[in-house]
Order: sequence, then C-alpha cells, then structure tokens
Amino acid sequence: MDLNFTIQENEFRDECRTWLEENIPRSLPSGDTREGFALHLEWERLLFSQRWSVVSWPEKYGGRDASPMEWLIFEEEYYRAGGPQRITQNGIFLLAPTVFSFGTPEQQNQILPRMAAAQDLWCQGWSEPNAGSDLASTRSKAERDLAGGWRLTGQKTWTTRGAFCTHLFGLFRSDPDSERHHGLTYFLVPLDAPGVTVRGFGRLDGDEGFAEVFLDDVYVPEEAVLGEVDKGWGVAMATASAERGLTLRSPGRFTASAARLVDLYREQSSNANSDLRDSVVQAVIEAEAYRWQTFSTVTRMTDGENIGAEASMTKVFWSELDLRIHEVALAILGPTAEFDDTGWMKGFEFALSGPIYAGTNEIQRNVIAERVLGLPRK
Amino acid sequence: MRFAFTEDQIALRDATRDLLAKECPPKAVRAQWEGEEPGPSSAWRALAEMGVLGVLAPESLGGLGLSELDLVLVLEETGYFALPEPIVEHAAVAVPLLNDLTTALTGTEIISATAPNSDLAPGATLAHSFVVGDKNGLALVERGQVEIGLCESVDQTRSLGRIKWDSKSGQRLDDPRGKGQARGLVGISSQLVGLTRRMLDMTVEYVIERQQFGVPVGSFQAVKHHLADARIALEFARPLVYRAAWSLATDDPDYEVHASMAKAMASDAALLAGRKALQCHGAIGYSFEYDLHLFMKRAWALASTWGDARAHRSRLAQVIL
Repeated sequence: MDLNFTIQENEFRDECRTWLEENIPRSLPSGDTREGFALHLEWERLLFSQRWSVVSWPEKYGGRDASPMEWLIFEEEYYRAGGPQRITQNGIFLLAPTVFSFGTPEQQNQILPRMAAAQDLWCQGWSEPNAGSDLASTRSKAERDLAGGWRLTGQKTWTTRGAFCTHLFGLFRSDPDSERHHGLTYFLVPLDAPGVTVRGFGRLDGDEGFAEVFLDDVYVPEEAVLGEVDKGWGVAMATASAERGLTLRSPGRFTASAARLVDLYREQSSNANSDLRDSVVQAVIEAEAYRWQTFSTVTRMTDGENIGAEASMTKVFWSELDLRIHEVALAILGPTAEFDDTGWMKGFEFALSGPIYAGTNEIQRNVIAERVLGLPRK
Repeated sequence: MRFAFTEDQIALRDATRDLLAKECPPKAVRAQWEGEEPGPSSAWRALAEMGVLGVLAPESLGGLGLSELDLVLVLEETGYFALPEPIVEHAAVAVPLLNDLTTALTGTEIISATAPNSDLAPGATLAHSFVVGDKNGLALVERGQVEIGLCESVDQTRSLGRIKWDSKSGQRLDDPRGKGQARGLVGISSQLVGLTRRMLDMTVEYVIERQQFGVPVGSFQAVKHHLADARIALEFARPLVYRAAWSLATDDPDYEVHASMAKAMASDAALLAGRKALQCHGAIGYSFEYDLHLFMKRAWALASTWGDARAHRSRLAQVIL
C-alpha cells in the first residue's frame, strides 16, 4: 500500500491544475438549454484542442494515455477548479468504453476521434415509454433491409440532451420472436437520418434537457451495429456498469461539492446550528470515503480484477450523497433557499435525478442483494 | 497511489481468521459472557503463540516488527469473532509504548487501557495493568495500584471497569503526538468493521435458509434493501479505516483526523448493520439463545466507546469548519 501519489502523478496533477485554472470558463449557463449547450460546446472543443477532453484515451484518438489513477486526478482538478458538468459525458464516459470493448477497428477509428473532438455528440437511447428500469422490455424494433443494413422503428424517451445531440446509441429488438433481454441489438444512429424526429421537452427544472426520439423506418447500414446482432444486452450491460460505476461520477465531483458546502457553512455560520454542523462534517467524511473507496477500486482494476455488480454500491452511494449535500446546503440557506442565486437549488433539482437515472436506486439495491450478497432472485 | 494490502498482510489476516474460527466460536464468546471461564480464553493464548500480540513490537524485543497496516486486518478479524479480551488496548495501545514486553507478548499478562478522557477500561477483571491518561499524558499502572469499580456493560464479555488511579503512581509513558490513542481509535474502528461483516454474513445466511410464504425471506425486496444498505455502509467505512492505519504507519501529519473519520464511519456502519441484522432475523434474532446479540451488543459498546460518531464529527468540525 502506498497512498502517496507518485512523482509522475503529482506532475500530472500540476499540469492539469495549471491549465484548468487558466482556462476554466466562469459561470456558464446550464448546458441543458439550447443557448447554454452552444457555450458548453465551445468549452468542450477547447478542452479537445489541448488534449484534455479524454485524457485516459490513447493518443491516436485525442487522449493522453493517462492511467486510471491519472484520470481520477484530472477529474479532481477539473471539479476543484469549478469545471462544469460535461455535456459530452454520455459519449465519452458511457458509449466510449463500450466502443473500446466491442467496436471493430473501423468503428473505433470512425467514432472515437469525432467524439473526443465534440464533433459528434451522443445521447443514450435506452428508455422507452414502457421500458424504464425494466430495460429488457424494450419494444423499438430493427428489421433487416432487403438490400442490406437495417430499418429502425420505435420511440425512445427521457433522452438526456437529445434535442442538442447529433447521434444516439440504443437497444432495438432485432429478433421479433424474442423476449426480454434476448434478441436485442445495440445500434448507433445518426439523428439526422431520414425518419428521425426529435422533440425536446422540459425536465423538472424547466430546462429542455429531455427529448423524445421517434424513429419511423429509419435506415442504418450494417456498420451501425455495435457488437453482435441479437447480443445487444451484454453490450448494453457493459455501458450500464460504466454508468453506475466511477466513470460517470468520479469522486472529484463530490469532494468539490463538499468543499463548496464547507465554504457555504463558513459564510452563513450565523444561521447554522450544531445539527447542520454535524451534517456538513458528515458530507465531508462521506465524500472522502467515496474518494478512498475509488482509489481502492482502481487499484483492483489495475490488478486485473473485474468490479462488476459492485458498481451498484457506488451508484447508490454517490447519488444519495449528492442529494444530501444539496439538502444540507438548502438548510443552511434557510429562508433564502427558494430564491438564492448561488446555484444550490438548481443543483438540488439536478441531484434529485441521481437516484433515478442509470437504473433507479431500488434496482441497484436488488443488484447488490442478489449479485454481491447472493440472495435469491425469487 | 496504490491502495491494496500485500500478500503477506493478507496471509497474516487469513491465519488469524483460521485461528479464531477454531478457537473463538460463538460458544466461546458466550462462555466468557456467562463467566464460565475466568482468565484468558484459549483464543487469546493461541493469538499470543502466533505472535499477533507483538505485531507492533520491534523484533529486538521479540515482536514481529510490523506496522499498523499489518495490525488493522488482524484486529478486524478479532472484531468479526468478537474476541472477548481487550486486544486493541493490549496490542495497539500498550505494546508500542512499552520498553519491557516479556509478559505482554506471551499474553500471560493482559494490559488494558482506559478510553481517552474516560476512566472506563474493558477487560478489567483480567488485566494485570492498565494504560491510563490524565492531563500530563499516559501512564502504566499495575492492578495493585488502582481501584477497580466493575460496571455491567450491555456486552458482559467486555468486563468493563472504572479505573481509579493516583496520578503520582505508575510509570509515565512517552506518547509523542497522541499516537497511542490514535492507534486505539483505529483498532476499535477495525473491530467495528469486522463486526459489521459478521452481522451481515450471519443475516445473509439466515435469510437464504429461512422460508416464509413458501419462499426464502431473502427473496423479498424489503429484506434485500435492508441488507444492501448494510453492505453499502460496510463498503464505504472500510477504506477510511485502512487509510487511517496507513497514516499511522507512515506518520502522516493528519493521522488524528483520519482516525476520527474512520471511527465515525465504522461506528455508524456497525450500528446500521446491527439494526438491519436484527430486523431481518425477526424474533429469532431477538432471542438470547441465538448468537446475533453477542455481536450486536459488542457493536453497540464499541460504537459508543472511544467517542461515538457524533463526538468524532464534532472533533472534526473544529478542523474542517
């Protein structure tokens, strides 16, 4: 065990810190509105131009070949400096690991550099009106085109930033006689293809962060299939594990939020009572716990261990921690919480989505009970 | 950055686990509870023979010459098996502070210690001497030099006592920067992690076996979610305990902060696991004859001694806020 960062890791941190402190945009509007999204896109492209958009990727795709530990360091510095949530996250953190695992070399060369450069912007097409937590009840279908390729028909919904993205990855039922998680195929779909209609709609906070995506006999070529035909469930689960695990929500985000909570407490301590003081300290401890649990997990991954279902523990922990941090902040703000301009209310609204997306926390607790503890499914 | 134990550290833990599985089954814990076996248990003697009491003692004094990182996993196992003797006070607090270890390492004389800012020490009926503290620091006092007022802990295997001592008596101990107390704190925290694991293991086993409505009760979502919560609490308490052990082993300037974080998280995890374990067992868990309460009551005792979670958060508030 050596809990000191190596010289190389510290040098990497310094390099991140220097660049980020000089370049992080101050007070960008929400990336979940059309105007905000355009400004975030400029930021993403600046990150890419200096090879900071996907540090853990190979250099040939625009990355820096950073180790998983260095990636965590980058994330810590990014959020410490006040960096905004990444509008490219569903591509770079969710689809990309799946493309690295399942994509052909041609797919990798075609998809990854444009994703890193924020030229192609990816959204996740999993949920359907009748398939939320129960993803295996997906009904959108894929039929073979007689001339080769596929025809896609169906409806996806609650698609985050779907109205602003250029591409969608999602599951479609390719075997009409199949049930549940059999007979599904993972497709990559350009949203400008004829037959695609995207309709943005408001989330809880009023931003147009959600979209419905209607597909009406949309043609896609054979290369639009990621992984094997009819084996999309296994491919999708690889993405789910990335989403629940650390790639989507690295600890840097929460240690930074906890630090901002401490700042808020200090500024407002005349309003605060000992109960709030206890809650602030608890948030700091839990953010630290998440940080160290992650270092331990990354060490195990580096040693070749497969984390698998344990990612569900991470997802429950960070999403509920995030919510608690915001609840405590609102309690400190007290009567001004409802109209404050410090962003905590907006953050609270967003944090409320954490226990819902990427598989509700109820589903995660089932996964933990069945696949980590070994309790019977039925 | 590498957050993992070495093969040797894991091997020492496994050897301790095997020894305790044999020498410290619930039956042995219960025997101490009922006062059937006065004096150190066979498990204590076997641990001494294995050298575990001297993990932190230098080799020149007959110890293993290892660090807090080696000890933390050993102590976690003693929590898992609810070892009755005060091994944290003996091996983590006392041993590194003493110059003469002849009787301490053979286990023939047990050394207990009072919790910080408290006159309460476990193992009061067994201990030959006690590490005690006052405003001038720590001291070692012999049993004959103190007055012992026995207290009935909710966990009777603790044989808790109030130690009254005269600050002019005893031998003053050199404890630079309160390391002895931080070691005790991390030791208690690791036992709490072990207890959390034990109660979770017992409950998982039980809810898989126990059938109601024609199915295992562990197939019900309400039960699954209780146990998932306990498992999550374990998952996020453990790294803070190991981190605190590392900080002690490497003289990290913040080891006291890290020890407090460990105790706060480990206390809460063990209390939650006990609550969930009892609820998922139902009435059988509430029975004195069933073993769950041996571990649950130890968890209650250890969660509140050496500062409970709130006390440590309050201590941390002074540093963080």
